[in-house]
Formats: sequence, structure tokens, C-alpha cells
Amino acid sequence: MSDRRVQWQWLVALSPLLAVAAALAAGAVFIAAIGEKPLEIYALLFREAFGTGYGLGQTLFRATPLLFTGLAVALAFRAGLFNVGVEGQLYVGGFAAALAGAYLPLPGPLPAVAAVLAAGCAGALWGAIPGALKARFGAHEVINTIMLNFVAFALVSWAGRALFLPATVHTRDVAAGAQLPRLDAFVPVLRGAPVNVSLLLGLALAFAVALLLFRTRLGYELRAVGHNAGAAEYGGVSIGGTQLLAMALSGALAGLGGSNFVLGYKHYFELGFSGGAGCIGIAVALLGRNHPTGVIVASLFFGALSYGALVVNTRVPRELVEVLMALVILFAICARPLLERAARRWA
Amino acid sequence: MDVLLFAAAAVRISVPYALAAMGASLSERGGVVCIALEGLMLNGALAYTLGAYATQNPWAGVACALLAGLLTAWLHAEATVRFRADQITTGLGINLLAAGLTRFVLVRVFHSSSNSPRVPGLPEWRLPVLSDLPGVGALLSSPLVLVTLALVVLVHALLFRTVFGLRLRAIGERPEAAATLGLSVTRHRFAGVLLCGLLAGLAGAYLSSEQHSFTDGMTGGRGYIALAAMIVGKWNPMGAAAACLLFGAAEALQIKLQGSAFPSELLQALPYLITMLALAGFIGRAVAPRAVGTPYDPES
Repeated sequence: MSDRRVQWQWLVALSPLLAVAAALAAGAVFIAAIGEKPLEIYALLFREAFGTGYGLGQTLFRATPLLFTGLAVALAFRAGLFNVGVEGQLYVGGFAAALAGAYLPLPGPLPAVAAVLAAGCAGALWGAIPGALKARFGAHEVINTIMLNFVAFALVSWAGRALFLPATVHTRDVAAGAQLPRLDAFVPVLRGAPVNVSLLLGLALAFAVALLLFRTRLGYELRAVGHNAGAAEYGGVSIGGTQLLAMALSGALAGLGGSNFVLGYKHYFELGFSGGAGCIGIAVALLGRNHPTGVIVASLFFGALSYGALVVNTRVPRELVEVLMALVILFAICARPLLERAARRWA
Repeated sequence: MDVLLFAAAAVRISVPYALAAMGASLSERGGVVCIALEGLMLNGALAYTLGAYATQNPWAGVACALLAGLLTAWLHAEATVRFRADQITTGLGINLLAAGLTRFVLVRVFHSSSNSPRVPGLPEWRLPVLSDLPGVGALLSSPLVLVTLALVVLVHALLFRTVFGLRLRAIGERPEAAATLGLSVTRHRFAGVLLCGLLAGLAGAYLSSEQHSFTDGMTGGRGYIALAAMIVGKWNPMGAAAACLLFGAAEALQIKLQGSAFPSELLQALPYLITMLALAGFIGRAVAPRAVGTPYDPES
């Protein structure tokens, strides 16, 4: 491999940063177009998102569900599967957590454990369905996961008829033992911010996913199927079984993300609580290059954008941030093939 | 009479689905996955409202919607065909972009984060005989309903009865073979995606025109239902339109049953479940064009 080729490889690896820079530059045009100063707005946004304890806590709170959904998408991607259904898996996970937390009569801190487990199991089930359809019938997981998102919304709305408190769209509160404590109870500087123990759960899961993918036999098989399914099968790996397992694990990760809002923040399930965290999770995995470390960094970035949007809202409509997130996706997805083609030409 | 009124309601609901689904069939038959329908429709819907608001002429709104659909689709085509970016991710990115952009414009132009002021809708066409039919007369006086009915035949003919259609389908199946014959994969795929943009833009215009305004996120997942209908319709414009009619009927029934003890939410899930069954091969086999989703790289 020539030196030049190595340099290009580096550039390809850095493509997420280039995509972020390009998106911020394009966003600057929008900001300037409505008569504001782009640099001032960006400085304000990131200073508020990281500069104060409360702001950092808000950023971390908003990064938490993205960490879960980003990990979910990344894990499935490693097995060659595109899980577009993280939104639905997160949704049923949150719903299951709320029900388990509110209705299971358990002593001490056991309700929290049960509720978290329920979230993971519901998500795993919701992810396993498209996994099984893929393994058994070869049905494309992208379409099925999209369909299941809407099935999840419809199903939960229906179940809510009986379970939601009268004249509301939310369930009753979970038991005190099922509530996850806020981090400001241990770290005073975060005072007032809703970031809670689910962030720690997410970080632990990021570590676990890294271990699974890169240090276990199962992880190796999973990546082998993603890389070259035919070769993996020849090596004795069951393609269908691995795909099913990967989708179930991915769904479990997404479902566990429901703990942030339901167990750590509002203490109940509310219609539409997931609020697009699934879609942004895809962006997080893309930007984090499907690596747990990358996913942590990317979720932090998107969390900062989403809190920063509220801070600058008086000067620039907060909707700008949604545009920024979309631009990051589009630039990141175009940068890779462009750079790779350039690398091939110049090497 | 009730049956006729119900059928008319089902058709009204299925018009935007059918337009978008037919567009998607053109894009996908050429080999480009069209997850971006939702965004294309949303931009079309906003553009109609802006055009109709600025000129007070609904037809100017339609022109704007077509243009918005075309521009958005052009972005999709540039990324997926020229840059060979992943088609699914690009589509999701465009949907997110449209959601953010339309909200941004809504706030900046109409100073509301929820809806635009009232704009004129398309006028009714008083046609002899058709407009006087009992029950369905009003339906058949709606310009876009008539245009959609004509388009079902036209788009199907374009795909299966013209040289362009044959070439487009060949490129969606075996782009290498088509390229060997001297056909431009890039140009045909661009054409498929851009036509899809026009049709989905028109679908957006229909939504805004019927509602006489734009509301935040007003497509509400319709792009994904249209995508599902295209799959159930086996990637054929006519099949897709028929599936849209079925989905439209389910939705009309759901609206009728809302508030009753009947679990209408489950009816809402019906189109998605049917699509999953079709994909798994329980309702005939729905097979995608062979090269759909794969960027064409002449160097590989």
C-alpha cells in the first residue's frame, strides 16, 4: 500500500468530521439568510450545551436515547442489516417499562430491574419479528422494520384506551422503586438537569457491545455475516440464526432506551414520547461509523444540537437544528463514496 | 347511496397515496429505492401552500409543488445516482430534511409552528354527465382526482408500453447489461427519480389543496403507506394504485368507526400488516427489481 493510499484511508476515516463541518457551513448560510451571525449563533449553541453544568446535563439527557438507538442501529449494521425500526422498538420498550414499573408488585429496587428488563424484552421481540422474516422468508428488513414502526404506534394507541389515565395520553406513574434516580443527586453540578441513571446503563451497554463485537465468537460471526454472508456460511455460521439474533439484540438495545424518558424522567409512558430518537439514531450510527466509541461521541454531538436549538430559539428558529441533522446525514452518506472513489483514482 | 359515498371517500383518501406510489414504482423499477416519498410529498405540500398563498391562484400552487418535488428528487438523484450514496439512508435523510425545512419555513414565513393561513384549493370542474352522477358526482368534479385516474393508465403505459419504460426496467434489473447496449444508467435512473418527484409533489399539492392549508408534518406517514402500496402492488403502477384503493378503504372505514367501541386503531395497522405478509410471500410473491438499492459503478 503506497503512502498516498494510506493518506486517503485517513481521509475516509475522517469523513464524519468533514460531513459535520460541511453541514455547519451549510447551516451558516441559513442563519445568515435570516439576518443573524452564524459564528455567534454556533458559539452560543455549543457554549450553552457544554459550558454550564445544567446545560451539560440537558445535553447528556438528550444524548441518552440517541446512545441506545445509535448502538442498536450500529449493531445491526455490523451484521449487514439496516434496522430502520429502532423508533418502534424504543416505543414498545418504553411502553413495556411503564406497565411493568406501574403494575408489578415487587419489593425494594426490584421494580426498576423488572421495568428495565421488560423494556429490553419488548424491544427484542419487536426487533426479532423482522429478523425472523428475513431469516425465514428473505423478506427485506428495511421495509418490515418501517412497517412495524407504524404497527407499534397503532398497537400502543389501542392498548392505551384501557391503560391511559382518563382524558390523558399517558399511563399512570410507575412505582417509586421503579424510578431511576437523576444524576444530580450524586453530581451536584448537574443540578436541575433531567439526566439520569439510564445514561450509565447506555455507557455500560456501549462497552458491552464493543466486547461482544470485537472480543467474542458470536461477535465475530455476526461481523462475518455482515461482511460476506456466503463465506460465513461456508465457514459454518448459520446466516439466518445470526441475523435473527442480531435483530433481537438490536431491538433490545433500542427498547432499553425507553428507560430514559419513562423510568428516569416523566415516570410514565406518553404517546409519541420517542420523538424521532429512532431516526436520529440512524444518523448517530452513521456518523459514529458503527463503532460504540463513535456512537458515544456522535450521540453527544446530536444531544448538544438538540438542547442548543432551544437556547438559540429566540434568534434562530430551533427547527434549524433538524435541518442541520439532515444535512449531516446527507453529507456523511455522500462523503464516503466520494472519498473512496477519489482514493481509488489517486492511489 | 351510503356505499357510493363510502367509495367516494375511499377514493379521495387514496389519491395522494396512488400518485406517490406510482412515482415510487418508476424510481424503483429503475433501481433506486424510494424511502424519500414522505419528504417529497411534504415539500410539495408546503410549496403548494406558498404558491397559492402568494398568488391566490391554486394552479400556481400546483406548479410550485411540482417544482419542489422535482428539486427534492433531484437532490435524491444526485446523491444516490451520481455520488452512489446508500439509497435508504439518503431517503431517510431527505425525509428528515423536509420535516425540518418545512417547519423552518412555516415559522419564518407564516410565524406559526403549526399551520399556515387558509389558502385557496383547486376549483371544481363542472363536467357534463359526470358531475351529475349521484354520490360520486362531487368526486369526479375534482381536477386532481381525474388527473390521477388518467395518470394511472399513462404511467402504467409509460413503464410497460414505451421504449423508455423497457429501458428503465432493464436498468433496474441488470444495469451492466443495459450499459453494454449503450444505454446511460445515470440518465435513466435520474429520469425515474425525477418523475417520482413530480408525482409525489403533486400528491403533496392534493393534500394542501383539500385541506386549504399546510400543517406541520401533514403527510403523517402517508409516504410510507404509499411505499407499502407499491410493494403490495408488486412494483406496478396499476397494482400500486389498486393497493392504494384498498388502503384508502381501510382508512375510510377507520375514520367511520372512530370513537366507537370498535378498535379502529387496529384497522390503522392493516396496510402495514398486509405489506409484511406480501413481502413474506403469503399474498403472492412481491419481488423487487433485481438491482434496486445497488448503486451502479461502471468502474467495478
